[in-house]
Amino acid sequence: MTSIVGIDLGTTNSLVAYMQGEQPVVIPGEDGSNLVPSVVAIPEPKTVIVGHAARAHLTTTPDKVIYSAKRLMGRGLEDIQEELALFPFRIAEDVQPGEVLRIQLGDQQFTPPEISAQVLRRLKKNAERYLGTAVTKAVITVPAYFNDAQRQATKDAGRMAGLEVMRLVNEPTAAALAYGLDRQKDGIVAVYDLGGGTFDISILKLHEGIFEVIATNGDTHLGGDDIDNLLIAIALDDLHGDLNVDYRKHPEVVQAIRREVIDAKIALSSQQMARISVDLPDGKVYRREITREQFEQIIQQVIDRTKGPCLQALKDADLQPEQIDEVVLVGGSTRIPLVRRLTDELFHLGARGKKPHTELNPDEVVALGAAVQAHILEGGSAATEDMLLLDVTPLSLGIEALGGVVAKIVQRNSTIPASATEHFTTGVDGQTNVAIHVVQGERELAKDCRSLARFDLKGIPPMTAGLPRIEVKFLIDANGILHVSAREQRSGKEAEIEVKPTYGLTDEQVETMILDSFDNAEEDFQQRQLIEARNEANTILSAVEKAPANAAWNLLSDEERSQIALVSEELRLLKDGDNLELLRAGTGALDKATRRFAELMMEGAVASALHGETMESAGEKLGEGPTAPHPFAPAEIKRDSAE
Amino acid sequence: MPDQETESVAASCWSCGASLGTGSPICSSCGKVQATSADADYFAVFELSRKLNIDTKALERGFYKLSRKLHPDLYAQAPVQEQQWSLDQSSLLNDAYRALKDPVRRTEYLLTLEGMKLEPEKGDAGKAARAPADLLEEVFELNMQLEEMRMNRKMGEDDPQLRQDLVNAKDQFEGQLRDNDIQIQNLWAAWDTAVDAGDPSQQDQLKTQMVASLDRRRYIRNLVRDVNETLES
Repeated sequence: MTSIVGIDLGTTNSLVAYMQGEQPVVIPGEDGSNLVPSVVAIPEPKTVIVGHAARAHLTTTPDKVIYSAKRLMGRGLEDIQEELALFPFRIAEDVQPGEVLRIQLGDQQFTPPEISAQVLRRLKKNAERYLGTAVTKAVITVPAYFNDAQRQATKDAGRMAGLEVMRLVNEPTAAALAYGLDRQKDGIVAVYDLGGGTFDISILKLHEGIFEVIATNGDTHLGGDDIDNLLIAIALDDLHGDLNVDYRKHPEVVQAIRREVIDAKIALSSQQMARISVDLPDGKVYRREITREQFEQIIQQVIDRTKGPCLQALKDADLQPEQIDEVVLVGGSTRIPLVRRLTDELFHLGARGKKPHTELNPDEVVALGAAVQAHILEGGSAATEDMLLLDVTPLSLGIEALGGVVAKIVQRNSTIPASATEHFTTGVDGQTNVAIHVVQGERELAKDCRSLARFDLKGIPPMTAGLPRIEVKFLIDANGILHVSAREQRSGKEAEIEVKPTYGLTDEQVETMILDSFDNAEEDFQQRQLIEARNEANTILSAVEKAPANAAWNLLSDEERSQIALVSEELRLLKDGDNLELLRAGTGALDKATRRFAELMMEGAVASALHGETMESAGEKLGEGPTAPHPFAPAEIKRDSAE
Repeated sequence: MPDQETESVAASCWSCGASLGTGSPICSSCGKVQATSADADYFAVFELSRKLNIDTKALERGFYKLSRKLHPDLYAQAPVQEQQWSLDQSSLLNDAYRALKDPVRRTEYLLTLEGMKLEPEKGDAGKAARAPADLLEEVFELNMQLEEMRMNRKMGEDDPQLRQDLVNAKDQFEGQLRDNDIQIQNLWAAWDTAVDAGDPSQQDQLKTQMVASLDRRRYIRNLVRDVNETLES
């Protein structure tokens, strides 16, 4: 019964996976490819192209395509100056510091979550087509080092795509879960995850199925993209030197070079030499050879930046490299031989006769792990029995105190959910508001940390200064997202809190961005409605199949029973067809035919409750209130309709 | 405070009505998660008395066992109210485990629970904590040296003698830190004995001593950290 899918929403590529029996598998797209490039093209209003097809637009209409949008999630203008120098992001001109970013694509503007929602929606459709059922729930992975705003933005993107995000899971932890499925061994594992745009290191303790993260660190500005940018810069410098033309202003040329250097980068993981060849607009051709040695010299500075976070994580975990039993490599960039050498040195692997784990495809392992976590949330099975993930918050949470210093209230690497309670009071007689500034980060001063939100505690009863005692509870949930509640203790009054997320969208804004309103493709809509109608039909049919087992069935007349059989048979035929109207009518007819049965069954359940059964078990029999039009069975998506 | 037994109101399970043990997160008869009780303290979460020598292996086993019952992953499909209780219970569990597994944090927590006031990690608005009286002279000297070292840094100069003096001072303070740690450990043992003996006046005396010892520890640690930072920068 898979209804929750696992999604790896990557900087470069995204994937969706689910548990097929006891094994997680990646769901391919229509083109047969497991990877959906995280590229969105909007060549004209209301036409959205995602994935491989969108990539083609990069060299033709680069101003209407966006890639690596994950780098912009949950960030403000002042955070992305570094990004802007290196990426062809076109930020809307009127975006102010402190506002949610808007990306200009042609005449239109989109927030980063809206772009990610398009990628998510593609994955959702791929899964629905493959599984033949509606997919409305997902586990989505995020870099372990993502802060609260970046996590919230990812969750918002899910909601816009019509997905209920059941859990955000950290990418390295997801990878550990995927590996842990096969080998339930106790020990200390380090997951080194170098992806397209982010780097994470997580150290976990495995104990009888518990995956306890003990330290995590990383850099959300470090990945394969940075290697590409270095190579592009060299090519552009070459061209500037040789031809005295600055192609930086020609996005098509930059994109053509980008494609070539990526191919060369990939080739250099298995070859000693690669060639780059780019056609220039004036009929000239740029050619260059690059050896692995040269390549390694160029990228050394990027790869070396992963060292610091690894050492810090070891220090936080209070462990020596020799105490790491296994190292797992995740992310496409870990195919680079130089990266393998660095991890070997960092964790003294070769010296101890050990090799890093690379058995699972480094591009797919995170999605596979997300599917495992999805399965655990569904209640699991023999495959995931006893598996439980205990993750941590990557950054300390603090509040700005007098003088702009940060008072830390939850330390980094605390197991989540985690909470902290703080007390505040007023400084002026009769003061009814208190403002609180919440930040995330390790620095001493609030201005050097990441501003998460400003809260206004309102409705404090007017009292002498210092007399009110307002208790504020900060809670980081299992997704790594902060929740705040407050109470004035002397009056016992719940203080009203107005949360202003520093770089987040409000609930109302997210609501207006839900993709359905922006949905243009009539055909997709039809398709989805058909899938939903089939699900409804399946639900009611499977309930009818089980009906004879219920005592209420015997209370029906022969006529009623044969009517139900007849209408069921019709619905079974309609379900395989494509006619939405007829299918809906058929489901309606069966619902009508079974209504008396449903009523009898409800009465039976109530009666047994009165016979001393607990309200709880009676409640279970009744389901969670009437789920019209099938009041007698909780919704259920049958697995055998898959594939 | 004569006895450490927390007052408990007889509670019953919201689901099956069975009576619950104090602060019990899960109903033992129907297995449903319960709301957190307002007076739940970290020792009670693990059904421990307020003692300072704890078997950390057993604590870890208890943490894993409770996590398997309370973690929100297990309530993903549960009604919203139960999801919320699971979130409250498991954050309480995690907070409790974090505070108790480290002996120093455990002591700090116990003292706060017992109504004692500790110097904050960072003084208010960055104000430096007060130096322990017997260290005043050495601290004064050290601060002079640190200031000189920083000035040298700014001017791009290096004074090997000063550097050596600082290293020596650091070693000396680290030695005091070790002595202090031994003293704290003795206080833990004394505390546990006093709890077993039910000797409140002895306990009060030990609390005061522990506060002083922890404040001293924090003070010296900050000093050593400052010296390290200055030497490394």
